Amino acid sequence: MDGADRMSTPLLSVSGLRLERGDRQVLRGVDLHVGPGELVALMGLSGSGKTTILRAIAGLEPFNGGTIDVQGLVLDGGARHHADLHRRVGMVFQFHCLWDHLTALENITLAPVHVYRAAAPDAAARARGLLQELGVGHRETALPRELSGGEAQRVAIARALAADPKVLLMDEPTASLDPARRGELGHTLRQLVATGRSLLLTCHDDDFVRDFATRVVVLADGVVVEAGDPRVVLTSPSHPATRRLLDVEGHTTQGLAAAGSR
Amino acid sequence: MWAAALIIAASAAAATAQELRWGGDAEGGAPFVEADPDDPSKQRGFDVEIAEMLAAALGRRAVFVQAAFTTLDQSVKRGDFDIAMSGLEDSAAKRAELGVSVPYYQFREVLTVRAADRERIRTLADLRGKKVATLGATLAWEILTAAQGQYDIEPVSYEDDVHPYSDLLLGRVDAVLLDNVLALRAMQRMDGLATHDAAAATGQYVVLMRQDDTDLRDRVNAELRAAMQDGRLEAIFRRWQVWNDDQPVMYAQVVAGADSLLGQPGSAASPTPPDVWALTRRYLPALLNAALITLLLSCAAMALAVSLGASIAVGRVYGTSWSRSALTTYVEIVRGTPLLLQLYVLYYGLATVIRLPPVVAALLGLGLNYAAYESEIYRAALEAVPKGQLEAARTLGFSRWQTLRLIRGPQAFRYALAPMTNDFVALLKDSSLVSVLTVVELTKQTQIFATNLGSWALPGVLCAVMYLALSWPLARVASRLERRWTAPTA
Repeated sequence: MDGADRMSTPLLSVSGLRLERGDRQVLRGVDLHVGPGELVALMGLSGSGKTTILRAIAGLEPFNGGTIDVQGLVLDGGARHHADLHRRVGMVFQFHCLWDHLTALENITLAPVHVYRAAAPDAAARARGLLQELGVGHRETALPRELSGGEAQRVAIARALAADPKVLLMDEPTASLDPARRGELGHTLRQLVATGRSLLLTCHDDDFVRDFATRVVVLADGVVVEAGDPRVVLTSPSHPATRRLLDVEGHTTQGLAAAGSR
Repeated sequence: MWAAALIIAASAAAATAQELRWGGDAEGGAPFVEADPDDPSKQRGFDVEIAEMLAAALGRRAVFVQAAFTTLDQSVKRGDFDIAMSGLEDSAAKRAELGVSVPYYQFREVLTVRAADRERIRTLADLRGKKVATLGATLAWEILTAAQGQYDIEPVSYEDDVHPYSDLLLGRVDAVLLDNVLALRAMQRMDGLATHDAAAATGQYVVLMRQDDTDLRDRVNAELRAAMQDGRLEAIFRRWQVWNDDQPVMYAQVVAGADSLLGQPGSAASPTPPDVWALTRRYLPALLNAALITLLLSCAAMALAVSLGASIAVGRVYGTSWSRSALTTYVEIVRGTPLLLQLYVLYYGLATVIRLPPVVAALLGLGLNYAAYESEIYRAALEAVPKGQLEAARTLGFSRWQTLRLIRGPQAFRYALAPMTNDFVALLKDSSLVSVLTVVELTKQTQIFATNLGSWALPGVLCAVMYLALSWPLARVASRLERRWTAPTA
């Protein structure tokens, strides 16, 4: 956890997170801290619990032990609805999950108008700003089914940022992108954290993580086995699980999308 | 193989040759044709005895075939049976299309009122602004629609001859105009009614056959005339307590050679067959009016079904286990029982508790029934909205209600649109069932038209065109909406 120690105050702290589904121990005590300006990548084989951690932080998954602290708001795993959570955490789903019946712009303004009670023109102006910033300003009237995968992802990011949360979670953002688009996405994400946000994402692509993440956290069997600077961890891994992971990723470059979709 | 088929066909033909298949409606009941209370598989009534008498004279065995009263003429024309009898009225329209025997009973159209109104209401003229019930598509219905303009009365059409009288007692109508035979029977069955003997019109019951079956008609006529002379008909009618002084007068005319008494003084039925185009012109406004009733009733019932169905679906998806099982029970009961039964229960069954006006009962019956089907569509549609869309809403802070209203509901509505349109078209057609609640909608009005014309060909085509004109534009709008919502436009 050397990277986190250098940070002033983490925006997101996960401590001793335990999560069971039936007899299966999905997470067995996960510790994770993300500070402002950090872009942290969660890596691990399929089934290692990466996505489950994101879902627990987003309040979608009740958990059995440990705590999640988001800027002082502490989740204890119960099913209680935290009215403030969505102002602190935004989530971008792997398949974007845009609302099919609304245009790109409406997807972004729906929550500000109805949940945060923003005036419609203000919400629209802010949404347009976000779309411009993310490079899809020209697609505001398009319906989700008319968007390409990359465009839909950017609209989904804009939607997650509509309430201006400091913590952004992204599930497998590189899975459905070709290498050129991955580079563009990486630069965009670097700009997002440059303004003091924290970004936690799950990823299978070690090149992307090496190029853009400020820190990598490797997960195996529901615990963190290795963490640190991606250029160090992914170049000379010290844990067998990390080596195994790089082995698998190295041989399945062509099958990344398929691996990610699982 | 062929030989065997020929033998079977030949023996079937031989069997029918020895039978006299006669059609009647046992639901019409005593004293015409009714199921024998001692053995419901047998029939009894004066028409049963006359049919057996005719069969005996022809050297055949009488075999009863059940058919709906209003379609007996069409069935005999098709050849479903050899003759039809069930208190069938003589008319020029029938004589134009069918073989018709000499009349065997003369009836009076008589007015029945509540006993308390006996002095106040004596004729149709006393019924200004009031409701008068009868069987739809009969001579009495014609008299009432004619009197509608003359006396400003409101004719009410029933499908059977029992409910006009029970509704008279309940106060839903103020008088019933029907055959003296039916009135007499109602008087025997229930208290509190009074019948005026004076005839609003007279008519005769006849036996119907195929028009080309002249040999059968001649033999039936000969036997009826013989039975008039030797007193066998009188004995049958006396046994059923419907013999009166009108009969000997009519019998004398028939025995003297009259084949029909249509057009004689007092008879309501016209002696000349109806002119198709004149009749069509006369009925067209009524058909259009009935189509409007069908449309308005269907739209109102669908609105009820949609709102109630949506509530049921939301209750089943979001509700507690208790409310879920209560709603499931409702849906299963409604879907598991016939709509016709539900309409009967709503209108007649509950009449002693709550006296719903016919249109309200029709609206409720159709609406409550279709709500069950709609709710299943909406439930499936709600559950078809991907879970990820709802989770995205949750991470953005939407409440469950907001998610339903802004995200899940609108998307489910798009999925539900096609099956909903389908259901509306089905409802449009099912609305014809409410004629049992005395609502004269498109199908009922067509039936009345067809009965008076003596043919279903033109009325059937007109009716079909009107139903299509109602449902087709709607289906078009729905499919356009659906295309707009699902097809990629980029």
